[in-house]
Order: sequence, then C-alpha cells, then structure tokens
Amino acid sequence: MPARMNGNPNDPLNPEKLDPAVLHDDTSFALNKIAFFQYISVAVFLFLIAGFWKLQVQNNELYSEAAERNRIKSTPIIAPRGKILDREGRTIVDNHSSFSVYLSRENLKEEHLPAIAAGLNLDFEELTGRLRRFRSRPKYQAILIKDELTPAEIAFVESHHDPDTFPELELLHGQQRLYPRDNLLAHVIGYVGEVTEAELDLADFVKYNQGDVIGKAGIERQYNEILMGVDGQRQVVVDNKGNEREVLRYTDAEAGRSLQLTVDLDMQIVAEMAMEGRRGSVVAMDPRNGEILAMVSRPAFDPSKFAGRIRRKDWDEIMNNDEKPMLNRAIQANLAPGSTFKPLVALAALENGLIDENTTFHCPGGMSFYGHYHSCHKKTGHGTVNLHQALAQSCDVFFYNVGNRLGIDRLAKLGEIAGLGKETGIDLPFEYRGILPSTKWKARTLRQQWYPGDMISVAIGQGYLAITPLQLAVMTGGIAAGGVWQRPRLVKDPNRMEPRKSDVNIENINRVVYGMYGVVNQGGTGRVARLPGIEVCGKTGTAQLASNALLKSSAKLAAELKDNAWFVAFAPRVDAEVVVSVLFEAGGHGDQAAPIARDVMKAYFDKKSRIVNRLPTLALAPHGSKGFAN
Amino acid sequence: MASYRSIRDFDWGLLLIALLVSAIGILQIFSAGQGTKWKDLWWKQIIFVCIGLALMWIISLIDYHTLLGQVPLLYGVMILLLIITAFFGVKIFEARRWIALPGGFMFQISEFAKLVMVLVVARFLTELRTESVHWKDLLKLCGLVGVPMLFVMRQPDLGTAMTYVPILVMGVFLAGLRWQYMVLIALLAMVLIPSSWFLLKDYQKSRILTFLDPARDPKGDGYQVIQSKIAIGNGGMWGKGVTKGTQTRYQFLPVPHTDFVFSAFGEEHGFVGVVFVLGLYFLLFMQIVQNAQTAPDRGGMYICMCICATLLFHILVNVGMVVGRMPVTGIPLPLMSNGGSGMLSVFMMLGLVNNVRLLRFVN
Repeated sequence: MPARMNGNPNDPLNPEKLDPAVLHDDTSFALNKIAFFQYISVAVFLFLIAGFWKLQVQNNELYSEAAERNRIKSTPIIAPRGKILDREGRTIVDNHSSFSVYLSRENLKEEHLPAIAAGLNLDFEELTGRLRRFRSRPKYQAILIKDELTPAEIAFVESHHDPDTFPELELLHGQQRLYPRDNLLAHVIGYVGEVTEAELDLADFVKYNQGDVIGKAGIERQYNEILMGVDGQRQVVVDNKGNEREVLRYTDAEAGRSLQLTVDLDMQIVAEMAMEGRRGSVVAMDPRNGEILAMVSRPAFDPSKFAGRIRRKDWDEIMNNDEKPMLNRAIQANLAPGSTFKPLVALAALENGLIDENTTFHCPGGMSFYGHYHSCHKKTGHGTVNLHQALAQSCDVFFYNVGNRLGIDRLAKLGEIAGLGKETGIDLPFEYRGILPSTKWKARTLRQQWYPGDMISVAIGQGYLAITPLQLAVMTGGIAAGGVWQRPRLVKDPNRMEPRKSDVNIENINRVVYGMYGVVNQGGTGRVARLPGIEVCGKTGTAQLASNALLKSSAKLAAELKDNAWFVAFAPRVDAEVVVSVLFEAGGHGDQAAPIARDVMKAYFDKKSRIVNRLPTLALAPHGSKGFAN
Repeated sequence: MASYRSIRDFDWGLLLIALLVSAIGILQIFSAGQGTKWKDLWWKQIIFVCIGLALMWIISLIDYHTLLGQVPLLYGVMILLLIITAFFGVKIFEARRWIALPGGFMFQISEFAKLVMVLVVARFLTELRTESVHWKDLLKLCGLVGVPMLFVMRQPDLGTAMTYVPILVMGVFLAGLRWQYMVLIALLAMVLIPSSWFLLKDYQKSRILTFLDPARDPKGDGYQVIQSKIAIGNGGMWGKGVTKGTQTRYQFLPVPHTDFVFSAFGEEHGFVGVVFVLGLYFLLFMQIVQNAQTAPDRGGMYICMCICATLLFHILVNVGMVVGRMPVTGIPLPLMSNGGSGMLSVFMMLGLVNNVRLLRFVN
C-alpha cells in the first residue's frame, strides 16, 4: 500500500499550498463528516457482531438443540387431476384411487434399501437411481417410490413402517389417471407423466418440482394448468426416531378443474371402429365454428401405460414400432393430399377469372408440359371435360391445364387463406405446418428458382405440397362454409379467434361445391360415400409416394409404397354442418377412404335425427319430471 | 484519458481484501451446494469474479471526470434499460427484474443502476456552489434518484430500490443540510412511513410482521429467519466445519448460496469465522474511506463515500437479516452472494474507487 504523501505540493490536504483553481475542489470541509461516518460504520459492525455473539456464543446450546430437533417431515397430499369430458358431458378420462408408497429420506438407512426394494417388487438399481435424481429436493420431503400398489405390497408397507423396522416408508392414498380402453382418443388426450430432469431446466417448467405429474402430450399437456390441481402438504416435526411430535401445517389439496372437449364420443367411436386395423387418420369438424367432433389417428398407443411411470419394456416397444403409434397423424402427418386438393385449385382459377363452368379441356389420358409427360389416372382418357365433370371424375389433365394457367403464387395466396403451410392453431401441442409451395418458399428453403413445370404436379395435389388431415378438413370446411375458414378447436374457447374471411365469390364456391356434389351423387369417384336423403359432397384423393418409374422398377417397393387413399367430404351441400377428412395410408385408391367418411357422417346425421324424432315424446313428458337426459 | 503516476498506485490493498472475501464466498457456495441442484454454482461464481476483475480494471482506466461528464447519457441509458426491463423483462416468481440476452445471460439492470446513482449524486453535488444544499436542489436530486427507484419498486424489488437511498443520504449529508430541513424531513418521515404501509404488497407486509414476530408463520417467511438463526447458533464459537453444518446440508436453510450465504458461513465457521469476515469488510470500508479522504476533488470524494454508504447498507441489511435483526428483503451480501449482476456491480464500484485513487496526485 503506498504511503500517504503529505509533503506533496499539490496535496489538497495541505492548506498552505492551495491555489485558487483548486479551491472549489477543496474536500477538507467534509473531513469531519467522513470521520463521523467511520464511527457509524464501527457502530454498524458492532451491532452485527453483537447479533452473532448472542446466537453463537450465548445461546449456542439452545440453537444446537433446535438444529438437532429440526427434523421436519413433509408428505404430499396428491391433488386429483380434473376430468376430461366430451361435448355432452360424458366422462372420457377419470381418476381411480390407488395406494402409493413414499420414502422419507431424513432418517433413511442405506442398508434398508435392498429389503425395501424386494418387498415392493422394485428393481434395486432403479430405486437408488431415483433417490439420486431427487437429491436436490429438500430432505424433509418424502418421495414417491411406487404407485398402484398391489394388496400384497400394501400389506408389506403396513406391517413394516413401524419405528423399529422401516420407519422411512409411508403409505399414501392417491389418485391415478384412468384412460379409456382400446386406445380411444389416445392422441387427443395425450398422457401424463413425471416431469423429467431435462424439462425442469426449461423456463416454462420453473413452476414444477421434481416428482410432479404433468401432462406430457395432447390435451393433458395443452391444458395442464387447468387439469392439474395443487398438491396439498402435511408437515410434521419428527424426532430423530421418526415419531411425529406435532403437526406444523396441513394444507388440503386443490383438485384440478374438469375440461369439456368439443369431441362427440359417439362419432369418435364410429370413427375409431372404421379405422380399426388401418393406418391413417380421421378428422371430423363443424365447419361453422371449427369445433372438432372426432379425431382419430391409427395405430394408437395406450395412455394408461404412461400414467404412472412407464415400464422400460413398454417404452421400448412403443418407440421401436415402425408404424410410429405415438405420431398423431391428424396433425403430424405431412403428406401429399392428392386430388382432394383439386377443389382449392378450381376455386383459385375461378376467382382469378381463368376458367368458368363452361371451360373445357380435352383429356387423351395424359399430356406433355415443359418437356415432361404427365399421365391422367384414367389411361384411356376422359375425353372433353368441363369443371363439373373434371371434379366428379377427378380428371388430372383438366387440372394440369388449369394449374398451368393459374401459376403457383395465385394458388398460394388462396392456400394461405385456407390455412395451408402453417399451423391451424388447434389447441394441441406439436402441430406440423405442412408445406404450401410458392416461388418465395422454394427460393427460401431450396434456394432454387420456381419452374412453371413444378406447378403441374401441385395442381393435382402432388409435388412439393404437403398437408395434414386436419388442414384438409379446415381447408374443405372453409369452402363448405362459403369462404369462412375457422380455427379448429378441441375445447370451446370463450375468446374465439376471428375466422379468416375471404372475399371469395359465392358463385364460384357454388361451382366447386357442385362438382364435389357430383363426386358422390352423380356417378363420380366417391359414389360409395352416398347417404340416402343427405346431400353429401366430397372429393377422393389418391396420393403417390414415389414416381411411376420407381414403382415399376420393383414389385416389392410398389407394395411397400402403396398409394395413400384420401377422402374429404361435407354435408349437407347447403349450410354444411360437418366436414370429415380421412387419410387411409396405403389404402390404394381414394374410394377406399370414402366409406370411412360416410360412416362418420352417418353417425352425425343419425344422432341428429334421433334427437329431432324424440321431440314429440319430450313434449308429452309429465309435469315436474327432471328433464330429458340421454 | 488521464496520465497516472504508476501502476503501484493501484489500490492493491482494496483488491486483496475484495479477492479474499470473494474466495471465501466461493468456498461457501461450493460447500453449501454439495449434493443439491446448486452444486455447480461455485464455478459460475468464479467466472463472475473474473469478469468483475476485468471490469474493475477497465473502469480504473477511465478518468472518472469523463464518467461524471457523461452522467446525462448514462442516466438516459439506465432509464431506457429500466423501461425495457419493465416491458420485456423476464418474469420469475412474479417479479420482472431481468433482461435476458441470447446465450442465457440475464442482467439485473437495477444492480448496475447503483453505479449510475453514485455518479449522478456526485456530479449534481459537485456542481453546487452553495454552502449547504438548498431545498430546491434537494428536491431535484430526490427526483433524479426517485425516478429509477420507482421503476425498480414496480418490478417489484423494494430491496434493491432501497439501496439507492443511502447514496442520496450520504451525498446530502456530506454536502451539508440546514438543521431546519432535517427536522422537516424527520417529521415527514414519521408521517409517511406509517402511511406507506398501505402501499406495500401483501408479501412485503407479511415480511415486516414476521420480522417483528418470527413465530407468526413458522413455515412461511418466519421459517427462513428461524432456520437461519438456528444455523448460525448451531455454529457456536468455532463452527461445524466445511460441509458439516446440518442446517445447510439438509437444506433447512433456504437459499444458502444467495441471500442466506452468511448464515451458512456462520454455521460452518462459527463466531470466529464471522468476526474474521466482518473484519475484512470493515477493512474494505476503511480503505474506501481513506481514498475518499485523499480524493483530488469533491467529485472523487462523493463517489467514494456514496459507494461506501450503499455497500455498508447492503451489509447492514443482509447480515442483519440472517441474524434476525432486520426484515427479510432479498438484498445480497456484496462479494459473497451468488448472482452475476450484483457481483459485477460491486467490482465496478471498486473500480471507481480505484479510479479516484489513481488520480489523487494529478491536477
């Protein structure tokens, strides 16, 4: 430390040497005050040291004893999660009561662990691994080591948790998630599980603690805040033998709130049954408000296997399955929609004044564009067709020509309004966006120029285009609703987003809808979807997964890469109430998907007519009866 | 840029004490973190100390007159950043105090604002030509300090906002205030402080009530203080030894790496250790005070003394809290508590003090 230089001629502390310029900077006026502050600091430090003296020297014994006594044990009171109900209030997901065993770690004796693991049929390695993971939780909080105890395991805990054997064991009554059988609605519901360590590091998960059970997928995840209750806590002071001395605090659990979906259980069951043994997806939606009535993805998984802690074997089995049962195909299958896309192409062309209902093209069974031959699905050709015939017979050559006139960007503009190429915004996590190609899109993602030839395939729903079954339902629903595209919802949203309205000419929409009416009712490709007495409109789609040349090269490959069958339909023709999109993977041709859509729509209208027909009976109900529950 | 006499004029004593206290802090964070989710925090703390040293060095090299000259700009930037915090800050436990930068860095602007407050007060008072502070000037100065305080209180972070007050009080105290004003302020305080009770948030009220009676809510706010007192008392004269404190180890002690780092230290090192560290802090203050006494001009003196005042306030409130003599406020212990922004701001303050020292012979 340098010595203070009192002899320095410029030292401001030396009053004799002051020159006027420094005068204002003279700090000597404050020297007394600085000294005063020094006394204050001494006082502050003495005040603090006195505090430590009192605690550490005078009352050391008292506090040491308190620290010794300081064994607070805390066990959670598990809050039941809220139920999930269908649109009529029928329970889809419930809870059932079960017993769980908790381990308190404050007085845990390591040598007890093997015996405890054996008694509870737990893997010893798994048990110690779990204890390691919970190290960061306060010691006085007991941790769950096994749920869904069998009667034998309950008996083991009951007979061993006395202070002399395994006082660290604690039996708790709790609630377990009860999911529907047969994987019903599995992808929509999702599943719950314990929050993982990796998740705890994320900002969104700050509010959770190690051991919390939270929604991991689907509705369980999306609406976790509503469904998850607040666990209560029971805190007791225990002595060093583990005996309870006093109850410090008891906070009751706060149950989660129930959640009502827009899904109709009857329609869901019909859709699930129609997809049984098949790969693909069904989405049924009310095009007037975007409410999802049914949503199926197959193959599915059993959410109850995840409900507690999933067994290693089950996990591996699900994750290694080539058919990807965890994928919610309704929102995560990014596929070429094939000819189901044609109504949108037709609408865009009509809107731009490029065709009208009388425009015709000749279909000889195929046509060359920009040096490439594009064949029609009907090799012999459709002859000369207008818009209505082209939609009804799904003539590819007609749409090659229309697409060629239209160009990609005018199509992309309408496609964007119809909700393609971006998330539909449904209230489910991890939705895929699909691909809506445009010149900008190609420049941005592929860094390539858009060639007019690229448009030819897009015009029949192939090429770069990729959409999800939900997007197909939303897109077609908007056409069915006269040009109003709703955001799909699984839970009614009080502050619903405004639908995307377009200034599409209703006359043009009617022309397209008439074509789709022809598909089902005038000998078109979707005639199997006919329902007597109901004006069903639809469109088939057969989407290739590989080029014709590749498929011809190997029969095995052709079998593996069998075309995807699509069908999208809505009814009635005027003021549509329901739109259904079906993806039947490797279904071959679009007419294979049509009966599935028909069954789901039939369920809707059957149910509606049942309710209407019952009305007279209701009118005769006696006075004072309690209403007319189904 | 000023021309300095020699690198030997750098305040090595100040640096040595600061490093010693920081090292003890790192050891304590290491010890308390064993077997908890904070087990790697001591590493971060070392990195903060290194960055702090670099900042201290850089600030030592910038003539503080230059900094005083840039006060309007610094003040403007600070207000802007506080506004950004208020609107775009990261919300953690209901408080919006941090600005997040890409790469996971979080800045607590209110910590760095202390430096600006010191410079604002120093510049304002240096420019006064009167014998004592006129009431108009006093109001202006209160306004200058009050605006950022209001922002910080709104975050809400009453504790950090309070740390600006000693800077103002020390400045005005040194500049001189007529006794009539003092009486008036005392009267106002007697009226305003009880009435401000109604403006406090519930958790703040509950902290004050708990301070007055820790047994009121033994598992809530009182829990922290009771556990902290048990930890310190458990330490006794010589302490339980590193990682041997049961209060810290079994996590009865809340946040033993930040606000309650000193009670963890008290449990493990006892009364002797506590007196040693408090002694180091005292030496640190006397070193800063000495620099104030030898400062070349009023600006330098105000800077040193205002820094001294706010640091002393931190220690009084934090250490007072862990022994149950002050309410729980969440003010960190300078140089020991874990926390990047707080650590950096302390080292920057020490850089300012050094800066004043290096210029003491330069006219």
